[in-house]
Amino acid sequence: MTAITMTALGTDTDTDAGARWRAFAAMVVRDIRVIKRDSLTLVIRSVVQPLIFVFVFAYVMPNIGQSAQAGPYASAYATILVPGTVGSTMLLTGVISVMQPLLMELTYTREIEDRLLAPLPAWAIAVEKILAGAIQSLLAGLIVFPISLVVHAHGFAPSIHVYNWPLLIGVAITGALFGASIGMLFGTIIDARRSPGLLAVGLLPLTMLGCVYYPWVALTPIHWLKIVTLFNPMVYLAEGLRASLTPEVPHLPVWAVLSCLAGGSLAAGGLAVRLFLRKVVL
Amino acid sequence: MAGKEHQDSDAGEAGIPAISVRGLTKVYQTARGTVAALRGIDLEVPGGEFFGLLGPNGAGKSTTIGVLTTLVKSTAGQVKVWGRDVSTDPIGVRRRIGVTTQGPNFDRYLTVAENLEFRGRYCGMPGRVARARAVQLLEEFDLADRRNAHVHQLSGGQAKRLMIARALVQRPSVLFLDEPTAGIDPQTRLHLWDVLRKLHADGLTILLTTHYLQEAEDLCERIAVIDHGQVLACGTLSELTADLGAETITTVSYDGEPPPRLRDLAARDGIARVELTDRQAHIFARDAAGVLGAVVDVSTQAAVAIRDVSTLRPSLESVFLALTGRDYRE
Repeated sequence: MTAITMTALGTDTDTDAGARWRAFAAMVVRDIRVIKRDSLTLVIRSVVQPLIFVFVFAYVMPNIGQSAQAGPYASAYATILVPGTVGSTMLLTGVISVMQPLLMELTYTREIEDRLLAPLPAWAIAVEKILAGAIQSLLAGLIVFPISLVVHAHGFAPSIHVYNWPLLIGVAITGALFGASIGMLFGTIIDARRSPGLLAVGLLPLTMLGCVYYPWVALTPIHWLKIVTLFNPMVYLAEGLRASLTPEVPHLPVWAVLSCLAGGSLAAGGLAVRLFLRKVVL
Repeated sequence: MAGKEHQDSDAGEAGIPAISVRGLTKVYQTARGTVAALRGIDLEVPGGEFFGLLGPNGAGKSTTIGVLTTLVKSTAGQVKVWGRDVSTDPIGVRRRIGVTTQGPNFDRYLTVAENLEFRGRYCGMPGRVARARAVQLLEEFDLADRRNAHVHQLSGGQAKRLMIARALVQRPSVLFLDEPTAGIDPQTRLHLWDVLRKLHADGLTILLTTHYLQEAEDLCERIAVIDHGQVLACGTLSELTADLGAETITTVSYDGEPPPRLRDLAARDGIARVELTDRQAHIFARDAAGVLGAVVDVSTQAAVAIRDVSTLRPSLESVFLALTGRDYRE
């Protein structure tokens, strides 16, 4: 070991408020670097499941004539599927990308202490994690969108067009934040040893009953289910994307979509930050 | 070497201790009720001191260091680092301290060098400065060839060195080390001791917790002996041993319980105290002469066989024994 030099490289003149912002920004930089490094994981995780669903519903089913929407309606079905697929990918990515590392950081590795020693309040660490999860969710949406447009049976191309850019951006951002907030909530509630079970028990119904493969209006014959699905966050993201990408498909009113996505983000995020504080401030 | 430079302006003010703890209490709420981890701790560490918190596992050392480093909330009491209260100004405290916790809580998604770089960035350094600081510390801590390794690939000793390097990234004025040498081989421990001695020689205030008696004796200028959440004694090694009023400690081992009548020896001239534990008697005396004869007499009368006898100078082990009536188990 050579001499342990302690000579200051810079002067310590900034205020605590400046220090908070820099710490927050540094954590975002850290998360972006990790996302970049693990981009292949993000791509695979985002693409595989929706790709298989799109492949089966928009390619296999129409080709074997098994789909209820086979024949002249098949194209319309692919059109329904695209916003649903993008929405479900975004929400699941948001949930998992925050929840999975958090479960480890809070328990086995106590890695969270590394962040807690930074000069910013603990709640800001939770907010940053939600923000980073939302970034991953948006990236996943960007990755899966073109793929879901391309994979379909010959002649059954979905008819997708961005009719309302501000609405699309608003839905995507609030939806991504909602997913990440739910991930934060799960990450602070769940017992780390049970998380694989949760993926099967919790996330599958979220997708299957989230108006991903059908618009919400189509549930009219099953009235009770139509009401129950309103408690599924996935519904609002899928319907919101329909409102901005395929407005001709019947969808939930825009005000309902946006207020539920934004309100849900605030409610889930607020509760998650509270639970996070309870877990980390011993 | 510019040791004083890692103490900021308020560090040099006369009269402000680096660490001040008054009446620190910590009560945990658990499913089975409340557990008092700390029951009124008082400590004061002046700037530049190498201070040790010594106690067996579960004594409350980690909880104390947790409160001092803002990771644990106190139930009552006042805790200040360079005059900044940990409960009202935790960010001010964090900006002046370096911490190593017991486990290796590295960022698992980052490399060795990045773990240092991002600690610097979290502490407000621009990326370029943080990277330069990381390179410098990797050199100083003999980790340069592991810079691109993942943290889980490090050996135990390397991981401990990286933890200390990470704690030094922002040039703290107080360094907190929670069991820095627990669970590593003796040779690596000696190496880490050299590192810590050097840091202290540079003027850094260090508070270290340890359950190794030897570590506290060899490194620390002052030591607080802590057990069951209370400070039992605090002072330099010679102050602590002087309080025993004994020059020698004779330890007599038996196959079973030592004869209770040995306690009567405490009344004799030159014998300061007698402590009986499971299978041993410890006689604290100003002079070992005459102690052995008396012990043999009492043991023979009680028809108890003596297995072994040793006479030693007072140490932290005897201080702990005298304070708690228990043998110190590391």
